[in-house]
Amino acid sequence: MVGGGRPLRLAVLTLGAIAFLFPFYYMVVGSLGKVTSGDLDGALPRPGNTTTGNYESINGAISLGRSLVNSGVFTMGVLLCTMVFGVLAGYALARLHFRGRGTLFAVLLLVQTIPFQLLMLPLYVLVVRDYGLGDSYLGMILPFAINSTAVFLFRQFFLQIPATFFEAARIDGASELRILWQIAIPMVRPALLSGALLTFIGPWNEFLWPFLVTKNADMQPLAVSLAGFMSNLQGTVANPTGALMAGACVLAVPAVVLFLLFQRHFTQIDIDSGTKG
Amino acid sequence: MSTTGIPAPKSASPRTRWRLRPPRIGALFVSPYVLFVTAVFAVPLGYTIWISFHRFYFTAPGTDIDTPWVGLRNYQDVFTDPVVQRSFLNIAIFLVINVPLTVVLALVLASALNAKLPFRSFFRAAYYLPYVTASVALVAVWQYIFGADGLLNTVLGDLAPDPSWLVNSTLAMPVIAVFVTWKQLGFFVMLYLAALQSVPRELYESASIDGAGRVRSFMSVTVPGVRHATTLVTVFAIITGANLFSEPYLLTGGGGPDHASSSPVLVMYQKGIEQAHPDFAAALGVVLVVFVVVLALVARKFTEKGAE
Repeated sequence: MVGGGRPLRLAVLTLGAIAFLFPFYYMVVGSLGKVTSGDLDGALPRPGNTTTGNYESINGAISLGRSLVNSGVFTMGVLLCTMVFGVLAGYALARLHFRGRGTLFAVLLLVQTIPFQLLMLPLYVLVVRDYGLGDSYLGMILPFAINSTAVFLFRQFFLQIPATFFEAARIDGASELRILWQIAIPMVRPALLSGALLTFIGPWNEFLWPFLVTKNADMQPLAVSLAGFMSNLQGTVANPTGALMAGACVLAVPAVVLFLLFQRHFTQIDIDSGTKG
Repeated sequence: MSTTGIPAPKSASPRTRWRLRPPRIGALFVSPYVLFVTAVFAVPLGYTIWISFHRFYFTAPGTDIDTPWVGLRNYQDVFTDPVVQRSFLNIAIFLVINVPLTVVLALVLASALNAKLPFRSFFRAAYYLPYVTASVALVAVWQYIFGADGLLNTVLGDLAPDPSWLVNSTLAMPVIAVFVTWKQLGFFVMLYLAALQSVPRELYESASIDGAGRVRSFMSVTVPGVRHATTLVTVFAIITGANLFSEPYLLTGGGGPDHASSSPVLVMYQKGIEQAHPDFAAALGVVLVVFVVVLALVARKFTEKGAE
């Protein structure tokens, strides 16, 4: 292959992998230590010093189960809306002609470049103050309900299907909804999975917005309750760093497991279509 | 099938039927998305501009309170606020560290990965892992590593900085920039990997015939070949910098020490919500949007120069 000897490549990649994986390893080891400190031997697993006590204490401090349910509802709500309405929009943008299609596509691209945080203040005023949706799942889900990046991806997938399939189905008199459901979706199913996975990590990892809309601890997703623990509850447990690492592991695991299971779909996303723009 | 809810006229021929239906059904299909974009982007964007020109207070729903027009007063407050100025300086520090580091590291790792190698998918997975993991979880580990009694200072011993990394006004922002670089790098490695696959192999062959070494051919074939990806990296970095919130808020305890790692969004949160000055925060938001758009356009011009 092009340039560079194999040993050099492997050396660079190994060095990189250590830098990327070490914090994860350190997080797991730290979550299992009886005393979690920055000492050098804290970086090594000590069989005699392993405990699940940190998981119990973080559970006692922030009620993990409830936080996980909140994260789950928030994430699933976003996923459901994006899959239903996003697929419809992506299909229409790729395959149907209607007035304003070009404008809508331009808006879609624009939406992706506007940082969400910039809209946080007016959204906070509208959602929490005016609509009274503070401390509710709906309030959490609303700003993320349809992921624009996913809509863009869905459009790209549907564009790749040869036009003849659609023409044939239309001549046979199939309705658009039927064409979408029975022809288009089955043909791009693996690609839709990447869109779903991409959508999943957004709300699961999101911090700022749920932090703003949830003041009640019973409604907070895990990222928010963990951050709350980090800033003001550390004094309530015996081994705060260990408990924090335990919470971090619980927050990281679902996304990491999904990623490892469906790795192929994460990395095959056709970003190139975006780079030509 | 009449699941669409729009019955086609029975008398029409099949051909005119499917020619007539798509326009309406298309509009129907996109209508939830149009509603969403209106409610979540267009209205808030307009609202933030409106708020920024008025004296605005948080009120209970249904309460009517006077919100007088104050012209550019909020903007004047934003521009003269030393914390705001510091937060923009901080984004500049962030970008100066983050952009070159991201471009160099992502390109080197992607080039190393761009060959048939053992454990290739393992490496790809390793680089992507921080990107898919929650910021809050990763911030917690970094705080543990970079804390005053953290692993890094234990290893450094007497060489450890004083005051320590996250409470040091010179080092806090660079640590945040490095953290974000690390967290996002996997995404850019994948992006460069895709771009590298479209660089024609013949260019490397002719470079080596011309006697170009490994470094020379990297500089004159690879780097120009992935220019589009570099533009994208730069624009993404600017947007990330403008969005920065959880890292300064959590990693450095609310943007400390003394606002040395504060970001504009953090200031928006503190001024707008904690201190209840939403009008100030709205003006800051507008300034930030303009700042992002201008910077992104400049970056695009700059990195695309000589590309055609």
